[in-house]
Amino acid sequence: MSEIITVNHISYKYTDEQERNALNDVSFTIAKGEWVAIIGPNGSGKSTLAKTINGLIEPMSGDVTAGNLTLNEKNIWSIREMVGMVFQNPDNQFVGSTVQDDVAFGLENLGVPRDDMVDRVRDALDKVNMLEFAEREPARLSGGQKQRVAIAGIVALRPDIMILDEATSMLDPKGRQEVLRTVKEVKEKENLSVISITHDIDEAAAANRIIVMKAGELIKEGTPEEIFSYGDQLIEMGLDLPFPEKLKSSLKEIGISVPTEYLTEEGMVDWLWTYGLKK
Amino acid sequence: MMDKLIFGRYIPGDSLIHRLDPRTKLMSAIFFIIIIFLANNLWTYLALAVFVGLAVSLSQVSLKFFINGIKPLLWLILFTVILQVLFTSGQTIFFSWGPIILSKEGLINGGFIFMRFVLIIFMSTLLTLTTMPLSLSDAIEYLLRPFGKIGVPVHEIALMLSIALRFVPTLMDETEKIMNAQRARGIDFGEGNIYEQMKSIVPLLIPLFVSSFNRAEELATAMEARGYKGGEGRTKYRQLIWKRRDTLAMSSFVVLVAVLIVFRT
Repeated sequence: MSEIITVNHISYKYTDEQERNALNDVSFTIAKGEWVAIIGPNGSGKSTLAKTINGLIEPMSGDVTAGNLTLNEKNIWSIREMVGMVFQNPDNQFVGSTVQDDVAFGLENLGVPRDDMVDRVRDALDKVNMLEFAEREPARLSGGQKQRVAIAGIVALRPDIMILDEATSMLDPKGRQEVLRTVKEVKEKENLSVISITHDIDEAAAANRIIVMKAGELIKEGTPEEIFSYGDQLIEMGLDLPFPEKLKSSLKEIGISVPTEYLTEEGMVDWLWTYGLKK
Repeated sequence: MMDKLIFGRYIPGDSLIHRLDPRTKLMSAIFFIIIIFLANNLWTYLALAVFVGLAVSLSQVSLKFFINGIKPLLWLILFTVILQVLFTSGQTIFFSWGPIILSKEGLINGGFIFMRFVLIIFMSTLLTLTTMPLSLSDAIEYLLRPFGKIGVPVHEIALMLSIALRFVPTLMDETEKIMNAQRARGIDFGEGNIYEQMKSIVPLLIPLFVSSFNRAEELATAMEARGYKGGEGRTKYRQLIWKRRDTLAMSSFVVLVAVLIVFRT
């Protein structure tokens, strides 16, 4: 697999008065088609990191390469075309007055001819299953639906990379699932690389790899299985514990010996129903 | 309280007037306000009234919405009409007391001014009742376009207008939430004397302001991330199409102006 994003020793500080850097010498790469989750407690620099990738923040040292472009002032708009970003608050990124206007916003910015635009808007809305809502105003959509529209707005630009900056954190559980499912579908169909910044365990579990940030530094990297096996430390890493892990620690408390390795929900079920048999 | 705001007065429909291009409707409303000053006698006012009546009935919107449009301006209308009636001198004087004169001409003038107000309000209400705010902002952008040449930031004005319209419901929701949160903390809205009422608005406005600025900042970041770099080189998704019925509607004004010029004294 070839690398699509290379982050090379970047550091960043918001103001000079700040004691420590918001980002401190962070490096990693992301392969084409890979899904990477970035986790970490609040203030660990996750969002700052995401914003350096499409040039919303310029790192003070180090560089970022997306595709084969090393981010600088000249190619910033080409990079933003290639890297789509979904933000946390569904309302504050909805620019258009209706669903279709919002999806068209990015295309208008690029100067795509109108005839072309109509097809691409329809196509993008179809991919996130929002075509029937094309005429709706944002006030009449749920949070999950608004985030799906935001995803459509990115898909319409045919990017290579999609960044979800806590895109599901303001949604109810149903909305979360809905958005996560859409991201999975779109990723497959469009062969995207996904970076998702999250506190949500399901979203992190959907990734191929998890990066853990703490105080502006990258402290751990691994597959979801590897990272989730840290158990109790996961909360410190800014994640909500997965249900099987919660169950495990409760069982442990009442004196039942449980396997130490990470169990998926299915693994947990298997272990549970065979538990009595082994004795 | 929120329902009375001017936004959202749009009544969805599929009448001829609804289907007219927003530019046609906007230009008609402006043009009507200009030509109404051509009318100066019973016949010309009658012609205008018939024209407005026809437009209103074509819109298939209930008359009560139009009458509601007059209500907020009722005092202004009455005040102007009464001034006109009481201070116009004329040949047939019924009554006079110092500077106050009640004349036949004054009564007629008062009547005409009343007609003028009502007709203008009906015409502009027709515009807002049958045109979506968004289409209206498209029309404004189109009509402002010539001013772009002399440095008016037409694109920015249009974008501001459409974002403002888009955020009206969002901010109303937010206001509602803040009001409830403040009520839970013991604030009475809409009670007490004027001073107390004004004071109770402060804990509503401050959080609303703060959150609006936060919203604006996030929106700006999101717009930048989506490649917004000003109006230059931008294409437009929304399109206005001029149809035959628009030409017809505009030419009906030619007829109206001709009638006014022939019959005015």
